[in-house]
Amino acid sequence: MKTDQLIDLLSSGAESVAPRAAERRLSLTLLLGGAGAAVIMLGVFGLNPQLRALLSVTDFWVKMTFTGVLSVAALVTTLRLARPGDVVGGALWWAVAAVAALWTIGADALADADSGRRVATLMGHTWRTCPFNIALLSAPIFVATAIALRSLAPTRLREAGAAAGFFSGAFGAFVYGLHCPELAAPFIGTWYLLGIAIPTAIGATFGPRLLRW
Amino acid sequence: MAAGYTLMQNPQRIARPVTESTLTANPPNDALSSREARLSALFKSALAGDAVAYKTFLTDASGHVRSYLKRRLQRTADIEDLVQEVLLAVHNKRHTYDVTRPVTSWLFAIAQYKLIDHLRRRRHDAHTDALDDDFAASEPDGEALAADRDLARLLDTLPERQRLPIVHVKIEGLSVAETSRLTGISESAVKVGIHRGLKSLAARIRGAG
Repeated sequence: MKTDQLIDLLSSGAESVAPRAAERRLSLTLLLGGAGAAVIMLGVFGLNPQLRALLSVTDFWVKMTFTGVLSVAALVTTLRLARPGDVVGGALWWAVAAVAALWTIGADALADADSGRRVATLMGHTWRTCPFNIALLSAPIFVATAIALRSLAPTRLREAGAAAGFFSGAFGAFVYGLHCPELAAPFIGTWYLLGIAIPTAIGATFGPRLLRW
Repeated sequence: MAAGYTLMQNPQRIARPVTESTLTANPPNDALSSREARLSALFKSALAGDAVAYKTFLTDASGHVRSYLKRRLQRTADIEDLVQEVLLAVHNKRHTYDVTRPVTSWLFAIAQYKLIDHLRRRRHDAHTDALDDDFAASEPDGEALAADRDLARLLDTLPERQRLPIVHVKIEGLSVAETSRLTGISESAVKVGIHRGLKSLAARIRGAG
């Protein structure tokens, strides 16, 4: 009987609901979080002064494509996890494929390098700061994504938190790529991934508390 | 932190994700697909603003959710509370339905989420009760509120700016403009009030349950 009352209450004066709300909210995340990350990148690190010259370097585009594909795969996965009963699907395999492709290039680079240069190729000049810089840039994106997810309905909170963290890390790494001087595939495949892993772990840890509804 | 995983110790059928195949385990296949067809048509009209379709959808859905919960909960007293919680969640999260997906998987995923959340809270409550029995006695009696809940009483706990819009628009059936004139609350604030009010109502049912 009281449930009937509730049904009356909910259904009276029903308003139409705009379709694709989840997509729109997450696109807004992309915009706001990306803008936040860009501001931090420009303010704290600065645009790579060689960026214009880099635009004609293949390795630069390999790096940007890698973080770009990871971002899209993570965003699609986050979107799926934001809707009850949706299947997560194959988007994560794009990320796996991107890592595999990058490491195919990376293995070649390491094999070609003189044995003395291999460690230098892997470590670059910035391995100490790279993961933390990426984690820093991921912070505004993570906040925006978490807010968007809270307005949606994730039912697997730990996975949703991890996906949100993965997305913010990947997109943060994409933005960081416009500053970062490193181009070697083994470097990207190690330190960028580590940087992305930080927000992913944070998201998985706090997802259940942060995203509960 | 461990709370996220404690549920995995619960019976398999609760932890198992609701998929088409777990649902088929009970009613026969064609009954299922006709249920999906009916609910999906109703919900799509509802999302387009059809209040009659929405009411029918919610009534149907509450029946399905009730029998889903009956098979999974021992304490029958909790079932109706949880049905209402699921209905409010369905309402407040209806923008997350993707029209290309089956509405039944969406609905049962919400029901399952609320069921797991409920079991986790009960476990947590049992735990804290055991820890501090003395304090539990002095807490406001959530149990009594849950057992004897009345919509009117729950509405009374909402702030005016949420309660009045809900009472006038949702219960008395006035338009947003009329409610605005009557209460002196601006039209956009009336809409916001309804939205927030339904959300806090959901939170209150959850807190009381």
